[in-house]
Amino acid sequence: MSIRLENVSYKYDENTKEKSYALKNIKLEIKKGEFVGIVGHTGSGKSTLIQHLNGLLKPSGGKVFYNERDIFETGFPLRELRGKVGVCFQYPEYQLFEVTVLDDVCFGPMNFGKTRQEAEEISRRALLDVGIEESIFHKSPFELSGGQRRRAAIAGILAMEPEYFVLDEPTAGLDPAGRDQILNLLKELHEKKGIAIILVSHSMEDVAACADRVVVMSHGKILYDGDKREVFSHEKELKEVGLSVPFYRSLAGDLRERGFMIREDVLTLEETKDAIMDILRKKRNNA
Amino acid sequence: MPILNIKNLIHKYMTYDDSEKNQEIRAIDDVSFSVEKGEFIAILGRNGSGKSSLAKHINGLLLPTEGAVYVKGMDTRNQEEILQIRQSAGIVFQNPDNQIVGAVVDEDVAFGPENMGRPTEDIWRRVTKALEDVGMTAYKEASPNRLSGGQKQRIAIAGIMAMEPECIILDEPTAMLDPQGRQHVLSLVKELNQEKNITILMVTHHMEEVLLADRVIVMQEGKIAADGTPKEIFSQVEKLKKIGLEVPPAAELAYELRKEGIPLKDQIITKEELVEELCRFV
Repeated sequence: MSIRLENVSYKYDENTKEKSYALKNIKLEIKKGEFVGIVGHTGSGKSTLIQHLNGLLKPSGGKVFYNERDIFETGFPLRELRGKVGVCFQYPEYQLFEVTVLDDVCFGPMNFGKTRQEAEEISRRALLDVGIEESIFHKSPFELSGGQRRRAAIAGILAMEPEYFVLDEPTAGLDPAGRDQILNLLKELHEKKGIAIILVSHSMEDVAACADRVVVMSHGKILYDGDKREVFSHEKELKEVGLSVPFYRSLAGDLRERGFMIREDVLTLEETKDAIMDILRKKRNNA
Repeated sequence: MPILNIKNLIHKYMTYDDSEKNQEIRAIDDVSFSVEKGEFIAILGRNGSGKSSLAKHINGLLLPTEGAVYVKGMDTRNQEEILQIRQSAGIVFQNPDNQIVGAVVDEDVAFGPENMGRPTEDIWRRVTKALEDVGMTAYKEASPNRLSGGQKQRIAIAGIMAMEPECIILDEPTAMLDPQGRQHVLSLVKELNQEKNITILMVTHHMEEVLLADRVIVMQEGKIAADGTPKEIFSQVEKLKKIGLEVPPAAELAYELRKEGIPLKDQIITKEELVEELCRFV
């Protein structure tokens, strides 16, 4: 069970100028249940890439497979695929349009053939899952705070019960509390419901905290693809393509340069604290 | 005389609802502070803490329900002085797409001085200078909608610089930008502050941005919860977390290590300071 891109290229126009390629020869397989972070500089092809995952864009070259079936072969149920692979674009709250929050979330499932009653049932669950209380269901989306609106929009995609959930910068413009809510929600969807999450982000911290696997895009190609600790060990190469590494990884590097030999692959506050304490305790015991 | 003087500012509004009772909300609840010319102030707070409402009071986009706001001694409630206040204190908003009015970059930047009724040569002098100030001269004949978010924000700042202001208020100017665009806007803001002595008030959530400021004002539920230098503010890790704010990662790690009994010095807020301090122990 996977989405697989086989040598996918995408160019903006038919002139085969080198420059007009947004994606070049991408090989990528995302399996069911994974949590993948996609990072890259603006213009590196991240957004073009994710639009291939549910057939919103058709590759100029190469093929896209869903469960090993070519999604552009005749007879492939593309419409169904768009329910299975949900894509949440940047600032999804701008796409809320219905009179009430609940109506808005119902829009997706009803379009996929559910009755109003079924749709409501699914939508209520989706709203509760994203932390929107019953008392808000019948409010206008415009009465909600920015963070709530964003979560309501996310519920709209969850209500289509996707197996893969792709999110483009879902925390952009939110305050730290709003950001943590979204990231915790993604972790929960991944752990409890087994939904595969594909998180596109500028924040190395967010990716390091949530994803297991990181894909680095640069100039329309995949530069790295692997376990997050392995990928973030390439600090120098990442800097060259305009990216950074998570704060704690960079701190560890600086400490090691000064002879404080902490383990190099730390990514989170907890790990770094433990690693520093280990060293300081050893020192104390030796003294 | 301080450039900004905010005295017991209160801003109330009503929310109306079909079912519930009308509710009075105090977006700003008795806030007083003053700002000297040339200061760089970061305003920090959760969503809904009143920081944007505060920013909008400074150039009279919102008017006080009670209390007063003085810009260079002028009262924002005085309609006759409002144009002069807005020339002295300009505001840049979060979304770069919402604040561009011209079809060509230089026309957009000219909008302010045109409205001030300046003579044509003076308008073009100001536009040329403002575009230079923000490093966008090469784009003066470009169409704004072909620019990146960071470039649009620089154009928005140029539009204000063309009015030759003394103070610029920025309401989360980098929230919608990518890391590179953010870097460009921030170094520009810092440069305008240091080289042209422009007073800066910047609303932000980003710790790295707060660290650029000389002074941080923390808002909570419409009130000022803390006011001090970044070092003073960020050493209060527990308090900030309680308010629901982020702490710079170096400060947070230092705090956690102190809790484990490591006697690190106070007021560590940057990575370099933390590295320096930890190296004392090996």
